[in-house]
Amino acid sequence: MNDPVIVEDIRPLIALLAPWAGMIGIIWAGEKRANLREMFTFIAASVQAAVVLSLVPIILSGAVVEFHIWQIFSHVPMLLRVDGPGLLFACVASVLWIATTLYAVGYMRGLHEHAQTRFYSFFALSLSATMGVAFSANLLTIYFFYEMLSVSTFPLVTHMQDKQARTGGRTYLGYLLFTSLCLLLPALSWCYVWLDGGNMTMDFMADVGKVGHFGETTQIVLLFLFTFGFAKAGLMPAHSWLPGAMVAPTPVSALLHAVAVVKVGVFCVYRVYADVFGPEVLAKMGGEEWAMVIASATIIISSLIALSQDNLKRRLAFSTIGQLGYIVLGAAIATDRGQGGAVLHIAMHACGKITLFFCAGAIFVASGKKYVSELRGIGRKMPLTMGAFMIGSLSVIGLPPLGGFISKWYLALGALDRDAMWVVVVLLISSLLNVFYLLPVAVTAFFRTPETEKDSSLKEAPWPCVVPLLLTAFGCFLLFFWSDTLLQMVGLQP
Amino acid sequence: MFEDGSIFNQLLVERLNYFIYVVLLLIGLWAMIAKNNLIKKLIGMSIFQTAIILFYVSIGVKEGATIPIYLPEHDPHGSHAQLDSNQTELLSHGAKVLEASAVPNYTNPLPHVLMLTAIVVGVATLGLALSVCLRIYRGYGTVEEDELLEKLEREDSRKSGGSNKRRPRRRTPANKGGPAGQSKRGQTTEKTKSDKPTPRRRQASKSRTKTNGPAKEQAKSSNRENDKPKPVKRRRPARKPKEDKS
Amino acid sequence: MSDSIVWIVLFPLFGAVACALGGAMSKKICYPVSVLSMLATVWVSVDTLFQAIESPVHEVSYILGGWSLDLFPRGVGIEFRADLLGALIALVVTGVGLIVALYSKVPVQRETPGKEPMYYGLFLLQISGLAGIALTGDAFNLYVLIEVAALTGYGLIALGTNRAAAATFNYIILGTIGASFYLLGVGYLYLKTGTLNMVGIREVIEAHGLFDSPAMQVAFVLVLLGILIKMAFFPFHAWLPNAYCHAPTTTSCLLAPLVTKVMIYVMIRMVLTVFGVEFSFESTWWTEFLPWLVVVAIVCAAVMALAQREIKRMLAYLIVAEVGYMVGGVWIYNYYGLIGSVFHIISDACMTLCLFLGAGIILEKCKTTHFNGLRGLFAKMPLTMIGFFIGGFSIIGLPPTCGFFSKWYLITGGMVSERWEYMITLMFSTMVMVVLFFRLIERIHLAVDESGNNLGKGHGDLGLTKQQTRFDEAPLSMLIPLLLAASVVLLVGVYNQEVVNQIEVFLQPFNLPTGVKYE
Repeated sequence: MNDPVIVEDIRPLIALLAPWAGMIGIIWAGEKRANLREMFTFIAASVQAAVVLSLVPIILSGAVVEFHIWQIFSHVPMLLRVDGPGLLFACVASVLWIATTLYAVGYMRGLHEHAQTRFYSFFALSLSATMGVAFSANLLTIYFFYEMLSVSTFPLVTHMQDKQARTGGRTYLGYLLFTSLCLLLPALSWCYVWLDGGNMTMDFMADVGKVGHFGETTQIVLLFLFTFGFAKAGLMPAHSWLPGAMVAPTPVSALLHAVAVVKVGVFCVYRVYADVFGPEVLAKMGGEEWAMVIASATIIISSLIALSQDNLKRRLAFSTIGQLGYIVLGAAIATDRGQGGAVLHIAMHACGKITLFFCAGAIFVASGKKYVSELRGIGRKMPLTMGAFMIGSLSVIGLPPLGGFISKWYLALGALDRDAMWVVVVLLISSLLNVFYLLPVAVTAFFRTPETEKDSSLKEAPWPCVVPLLLTAFGCFLLFFWSDTLLQMVGLQP
Repeated sequence: MFEDGSIFNQLLVERLNYFIYVVLLLIGLWAMIAKNNLIKKLIGMSIFQTAIILFYVSIGVKEGATIPIYLPEHDPHGSHAQLDSNQTELLSHGAKVLEASAVPNYTNPLPHVLMLTAIVVGVATLGLALSVCLRIYRGYGTVEEDELLEKLEREDSRKSGGSNKRRPRRRTPANKGGPAGQSKRGQTTEKTKSDKPTPRRRQASKSRTKTNGPAKEQAKSSNRENDKPKPVKRRRPARKPKEDKS
Repeated sequence: MSDSIVWIVLFPLFGAVACALGGAMSKKICYPVSVLSMLATVWVSVDTLFQAIESPVHEVSYILGGWSLDLFPRGVGIEFRADLLGALIALVVTGVGLIVALYSKVPVQRETPGKEPMYYGLFLLQISGLAGIALTGDAFNLYVLIEVAALTGYGLIALGTNRAAAATFNYIILGTIGASFYLLGVGYLYLKTGTLNMVGIREVIEAHGLFDSPAMQVAFVLVLLGILIKMAFFPFHAWLPNAYCHAPTTTSCLLAPLVTKVMIYVMIRMVLTVFGVEFSFESTWWTEFLPWLVVVAIVCAAVMALAQREIKRMLAYLIVAEVGYMVGGVWIYNYYGLIGSVFHIISDACMTLCLFLGAGIILEKCKTTHFNGLRGLFAKMPLTMIGFFIGGFSIIGLPPTCGFFSKWYLITGGMVSERWEYMITLMFSTMVMVVLFFRLIERIHLAVDESGNNLGKGHGDLGLTKQQTRFDEAPLSMLIPLLLAASVVLLVGVYNQEVVNQIEVFLQPFNLPTGVKYE
C-alpha cells in the first residue's frame, strides 16, 4: 500500500478533550441542576460526534489525520492518528454515546438512581479514553488510553456500591489490571528494547511487520502476551470479567460492555494483529493458527453458555463474548477481507448489541423483570421494545437486510481466501446458536401468553428509554445500506 | 601453631591490634542486641563506636614515629626556619606540605582528625539516645526491653483492635515491675476520662460524633496518644526508681 | 552564583539557627523562617542543577576551605561535587523539604505545641544533612552528613508521643550499627587507598589494580552493609514501620520520602563512583545473589503491606518494597536498570510524599488512619482524595504518572539482563499494590463493611450521618502542598524524558551493558 497523505489537524484532540470539558460542566452543574447537567453531556457528545464525523471525508479520500500531543520517550511520541478502522470505531462510539445518554437519562431517573453526577462524569471520561484508543498511532499511546479506560470504568461498574458491586468490581479490575500489568507491559517493553535495534517507535503505520525480525518462539510468545494482555477482548479464559461486570446499571452495560470497553479490547487486538504483526508475518507464523483456534473456541463455548443463561443481561454478556471472538478470529485470519470484516463487525455488532441491552434495561425499568422466563407475553404490552429486540437479534444473528449480515459475509469470504473452511463452519454453527439463544426471547415475548394477567399496568418504559432503542434498531438497517461507505473506510472496495 | 604465616600468628601476633578491635566491636554489637536493659544497650553502642575509633587511630601508627606535632627541625614557623629565610618567609604564611623525608617521623594525623569528628558524633548520638531513654522511662516506667515491649504491644493492640475491654489494672508486684507502670497508666486513664476543657478534649468530643462507632475507641485512644509526659509532675514525690533486673 | 552548591547546605543551617534562637522570643516566627530558608535552598539547588547541566564535564565541584585543585592534589580538601545525579537528588531533597515545610503549619501546632523552635530547627538541619549527603564528594564527610541526617531524624521522631520515643530507640540502635559499619568500611578504604575523596579512591583502585584485594572486598561489604541497614532493606527494615508510623505527621512526611531514597543514592554513588563498575559488578559476586535477596525483600514487604489495616503502616511497608525495587534495579547490572533505579529515586520520593501528605490530612480530619474510619471520604474531602490517589496510582504504575515510567525502565532492565526473577517479582508486587489501593478505594467508596455485609439503605447510602459526609476539606496550608506534590508526580511523569536525558548523560561514562540486540 502506498504511504497515505498525512494531514495535520487538531480535530482528533478536540474529539478527545470534548468529554473532559463536558465533565467539568457536569461537575459544576451537579445534582442540583440535573437538566443542565444532562445538557452538558449532550453538548459534549454532540461536539465529539460532529468532530469525528467531519473527519470522514478526509479519510475516505485516502489520507490520514495526525496530531502530535507529547513526546513520551525520546523516540516514542503520544501521537493521534485517524485512519479508516480507527475512524469507524470512533464514529460508532461517539454516535452511540448520544443515544446512550438519552437512554441513561430515562433509566437513571426512572429508577431514581443515586450519584448521577459521578455517573455521567466517569461516563464522559470513559468515552474520552475510547476516542484515545481509536485514534492511537502507536502501541504505547494505545496502552495509556487502555489503562485510563480500565480505571475510569471502575466507578461505573461499582455504581451500586453494594456487596455485589464489590465482587463485580473486583473481578473486573482484577482481570483487566492483572493481564495488562503482567502480560502486556512485558510485551511492550520487549518491543521497546529489541524492535528495530532499539530505535523503534512501535508505530502502527511505520513499524508494520518488524516483529518478524524476532525468532519463532519469541513471536509466538509475543502474540500470546498481546492477545491475552488485552483482556478487554474477552477471549477465554480471560472472559469472566464481562459477566461479572453486569452488576452495573444497564446504560453502563450497554455502552461500555457492548460498545466501548469490549470494542476497545478487540480493536487493540486487531491493531496488534494487523498493524504490529501485519498480515504477512501472521500468515508465515506457525502460532497464529492457535489464535484462530482460541477465538473459535471462545465463540462456540460462549454461545453454548449463553443458551443456558436465564438472566437476560448475562445471556447478552456471553453473546458479546462470542461476537468478540468473531472479531479476533477475523483479525487472526490475516487476509484483507477477514481483517476488514473484523473491523466492520465492530460497528455492526455494536449497533445490534446496544439495541439488545437497551431493551433489556427498558424491560427492567418498566417491569422489574430480569429473567427470560419471566418475559412471557410482555411483547403485547411493550411492542416497541420487543420489536427493537427482534431487529437487534436478527442483526446479531446476521440476516440481511441488517448490518450484521455484511460483516459476517466478509468474515466468511476472508476465511475462504485462505482456504480455512473450518472457520466458515464455525461461523455457521455459531450463527445457528445465536438463533437459538436470541430468537426465543422475542418469540416468548410476543407469542406466549403470560402466566398471570396481573400486570395490566405494564406499559412501555419512559420515552427517553424507548426512543434510543428505536433509533439504534433503525441504525442496524442504516448500516446495511451504508455498507459501501463503511467498506471503503476499512479499505475494502465493495 | 604459632609459626609465621599461620592463621593464629596472623591474627594474634601480626595483627593483634585489629583482632582486639574486632573483639571489642563484637562485644559492643552483642550488648546492643542481647542486653535487656536499654542503658546497657547504649553502653554497648558506645563500646561499638569506640572499637571503630581505635581501629582508625591504629591505622596511622608507624614504627618509631612520634605524635603528629612538628619536631623543631621540621617546623616552618620555628627557629630553624629562619635559616633559609627567603623561601620559608613566603611559605610560612600559607599551607606547607611536609617533605617526603620527614613523613615517617610522624604518625598520620588524618585518622586522628577523622576520629575527633567521629567521637563528637558518638557523643551526640549517646546524648540523644539517653534522652530518648529518659522519655521512655517517663512514659512507660521501665527501661527493661522485655517489659517495654509488652507494654507497647498492649498499647498497640488496644489502639488498633479498638476493643471495649479494659486492660487489667491490677497486677501483683511479683511478676511485673512494681507499681510504677501500673498506676501511671491508671492515672493516665483517669486523666483522659475526666472532662478537662482543654482544646484537645474538645477536638476529641467533636471527633466522637464525626467518626463511626468503632472509631470512638480510636478517638479516645488517639487522644491518649497525644499525651505528653505530664503525669510526671504528679508522681515525682511518690516514685522511687525500681531495681534493675538484669 | 558560583558557589551555590555550598549554599544548599548552608541556607537550612542558618535557618535552623535562626529558628532556634528566634523561636525563643516568638514561636510564631519559626514557620515563616523555615519556609523562607527552604525557598532559598530550592533556588540554589535549581541553580546548581543548571550549572551542572551546562558545565562541559557535567559536574560542579567546590572544595571547602579553598584547597584549590591547582596547588593540592584531589583529596586534600573536602570536596562538594555535584554531578548530574547528585544535583538531581539535591533538588528532590530540597523540593520535598519545601513542600513539607509549607505543609507543616497545622500538624506541628497540633502535635508538638510549644516545641516549634526545636522542631523546625531539627527539620532544617535534617534537610541540610540530606542535601549534603547528595552533594558531598568525600567518603568521610558522607559519614558525618549521614549521621547529621540520622540524628536530626531521631530527634524529629522522638519529639512526638511516647510511643514514637520507644520506636526511636530501636531506630537509634539499628541506625548507629549501620552508620558505624559504613565508617569501618571507609576506614578500610582509607587504609588501602590513602585518600578519602570518592573519585580519588576509584582512581587508586584502578591505577593499582586492587580488585582482588581482601581489604577492598571487606571494605565493599562493610560499606554496603551499613548502607543497606540504613535504607531499610529487608531484613534490616524492622525499624522503619514503627518509626514512620508513630512519628509526628510532618516528620513522617519529611523522612519517608527522603531518607531511604538518599541512602539508595549513596549506594549508587559507592558502587559507581567510589568502587567503580568493574570492581562492584565484576570482582564481587553481589550481582549474582543480591537480586534473589531483592526478590525475597519485595515479596515479603508486599505481603506484609497487605496484612496492615492502617494507612501509615501500609505505606511504611510499601516503602520497604520500593527500596527493594531500587536495590534490584542497581544490581541487575545493566543500563536500563540503573536508569530505572535513579528515576525511581526521584519518582518514589514524589509519590511517597504525596501519599504521606494525604495520610496526614486524613489523620488531621478523621483523627484516625485505620481502614474502619475512612468511609465516605470521597464526599468529604474530594481534593485530598484526588491527591492521595494520584500518589496511589503512581505506586501501582498507571500512566502518565511517574511511577509508570520508573517501572517501565526497571522491567526493561530486568528483561535485558534476563533476570526473570526480578521481573516476575515486579509484576507480583504491582498486583499486590493494585489490591492495596483498590481495597482502600473500596473501603472509602463502597457501602460494604469488612465482613462483606451491606451497610446503609442501599442505593449508595454509606450508612453515615449528614455531618460525616458534608464537604470539609483540609486546611489550605495542608491541601495546597498535597496538590503541589500530586502535580509534581504527574509532571515528572509527563516530562520524564527530560529527567532521563540527564540520567543518561550521567551514566554515559560508566559503559554499562545495554543488552543484546536481537537480529
